[in-house]
Amino acid sequence: MDEPAVSVRGLVKRYGDVEAVRGIDLEVARGETFGFLGPNGAGKSTTINILCTLVEPTAGEAAVAGLDVVRDRAAVRRRIGLVFQEPTLDGPMSGEQNLRFHGELYGVDRRTAAARREEVLRTVGLFERRKDPVSTYSGGMRRRLEIARGLLHSPQVLFLDEPTIGLDPQTRASIWNYLARLHETQPITVFVTTHYMDEAENCDRIAIMNEGRIVALDTPEALKAQVGADRVVVATGDDDAAIAAVRREFGLEAGMHEGAVTISVPDGAGFVPRLFAALTAAGVDVRSVSVTRPSLDDVFLAHTGTTLRDAERSAGPSLHPMAMRMRGR
Amino acid sequence: MTELREPLRVEAVRVPESGLATEARAAAVVWQREMIRFVKDRARILSSLAQPLLFLFVLGSGLGSLLGSSGSGVALPTFLFPGVLAISVLFTAAFSGISIVWDREFGFLREMLVAPVSTTSILVGKAVGGSTVATLQCLLLLALAGLVGVPYDPLMFLELLVLIFLMAFMICCLGLMLAARLKQVQTAMPMVQLIITPLMFLSGALFPLGNLPTWLTVLTHVNPMTYAVEPLRHVVFSRLDVSAADLARYDPGIRWGSFLVPTWLEILLTIGFSALLLALAVTRFRRTE
Repeated sequence: MDEPAVSVRGLVKRYGDVEAVRGIDLEVARGETFGFLGPNGAGKSTTINILCTLVEPTAGEAAVAGLDVVRDRAAVRRRIGLVFQEPTLDGPMSGEQNLRFHGELYGVDRRTAAARREEVLRTVGLFERRKDPVSTYSGGMRRRLEIARGLLHSPQVLFLDEPTIGLDPQTRASIWNYLARLHETQPITVFVTTHYMDEAENCDRIAIMNEGRIVALDTPEALKAQVGADRVVVATGDDDAAIAAVRREFGLEAGMHEGAVTISVPDGAGFVPRLFAALTAAGVDVRSVSVTRPSLDDVFLAHTGTTLRDAERSAGPSLHPMAMRMRGR
Repeated sequence: MTELREPLRVEAVRVPESGLATEARAAAVVWQREMIRFVKDRARILSSLAQPLLFLFVLGSGLGSLLGSSGSGVALPTFLFPGVLAISVLFTAAFSGISIVWDREFGFLREMLVAPVSTTSILVGKAVGGSTVATLQCLLLLALAGLVGVPYDPLMFLELLVLIFLMAFMICCLGLMLAARLKQVQTAMPMVQLIITPLMFLSGALFPLGNLPTWLTVLTHVNPMTYAVEPLRHVVFSRLDVSAADLARYDPGIRWGSFLVPTWLEILLTIGFSALLLALAVTRFRRTE
């Protein structure tokens, strides 16, 4: 049982002359929530499609739940749950009918199927609406139903490709709420791609992909620590005097950002008392101080040269139908 | 988002390894979904009956008056009856097959194709579903048999239903094969115009196959539909009280040169075409997945 949920060695995928995935190595432990980040065209979707047995790799090996994704295709499929970024529900059928269909398709034991349906519907809070046609569901409810469906056959690994794209922040938060809860109660591995930074924070570990390669892989905390400095922002009565004092006392170059004195230091929290003492000694009136840890946005920017926000925008709704077509192929 | 948080009882369900039973269950549930859609969409059933009824009564009576004086004992609506059954099946089944483009458009096709079952099972379920719908619709037309002088013979109805189901299955497979590469719903309708309508005209559903110009004979002989229509007519005419001359005129059968193709061979050919079209559809869906 100690074999990893996902294991990737030297994975390469070429489409003609285009090398979408350029040799990646990856290991995801059982029970982990693993985030996969990267700008558009970084190779995230190709990688996740290889892991889901939908695309065959050009070279290298990938195993999910200990099974090879090329040789044991059907066996892998039986052990994974899939939630795609585009909807894959049948609108005229009710939520429960969609789940029943899935259960039959995956050969779920009929004796336990009904109980299991109820269980996953309750997990995502859709049990009361189970008889209604899916076409009457809101966007967030449909996503939740897809997650419920992905869980129906008790997969070992749940793959979610941009599960919250196009949803409002409140709905996104509720979806992650369900995912987190699920994770508390089931020994399931969650493999999720996302453009949203706040979602990536929910992951145990994240990998950042850029131009077909994994450029960073660690816990969110460790990645942020690698980027280094915290940001200390001070509002003062005399900014020029404050900047001069900081230079004199600590040898640090403070800058003005958005109307406040901003200083980059490795240990922001530890620096504040000393800063306060120095400024008071210099007769500078301190109105407020804030310390900001480096965000995943900083991490992302450092590794890919673009911000998550930009990546998110370029994958916005206008491109969505096209992305859907491409995937339909 | 405000739902009560019930305690979770986690009971992992078992998902069996591949096997014939798993594949059959998958095909059955795809079939079942077609039935659910059929029952929910009664308007489709009624509207799809309009065309065959027009052919049978309007074209049959209209053209019949023109031919009325030719001194034959077979009224045109009677002659047209098996052909109209075939036309009804053709359009309903072709539409059912092509409707998989809608499944692609709304994403549900992906749900079906990523499951741990073979593409063949999915497509067979879809085709059997479409065939069931087409056959059920024909029941309504069969009920009108008496109006056009076709007797209510139970065994004849049974034979017709089996033949109709076979033809419907073949046409569903054709529809699926055509739809395999279609990415957009808009392209589905021209496809019907371009391929399904010629199949109707070249099948002998609307005219007897004897004494045709050579070019038309060749076209009808390469049309798979022809071999599915002729048994229907044969079954109906075997129950009619007509002279040998009329039989030769209205139900001449299919002749390859001087060889009269027997009904069993026609049925075998229909089954063969079905298998071929299904295999092609499966290959094309696998490649485009």
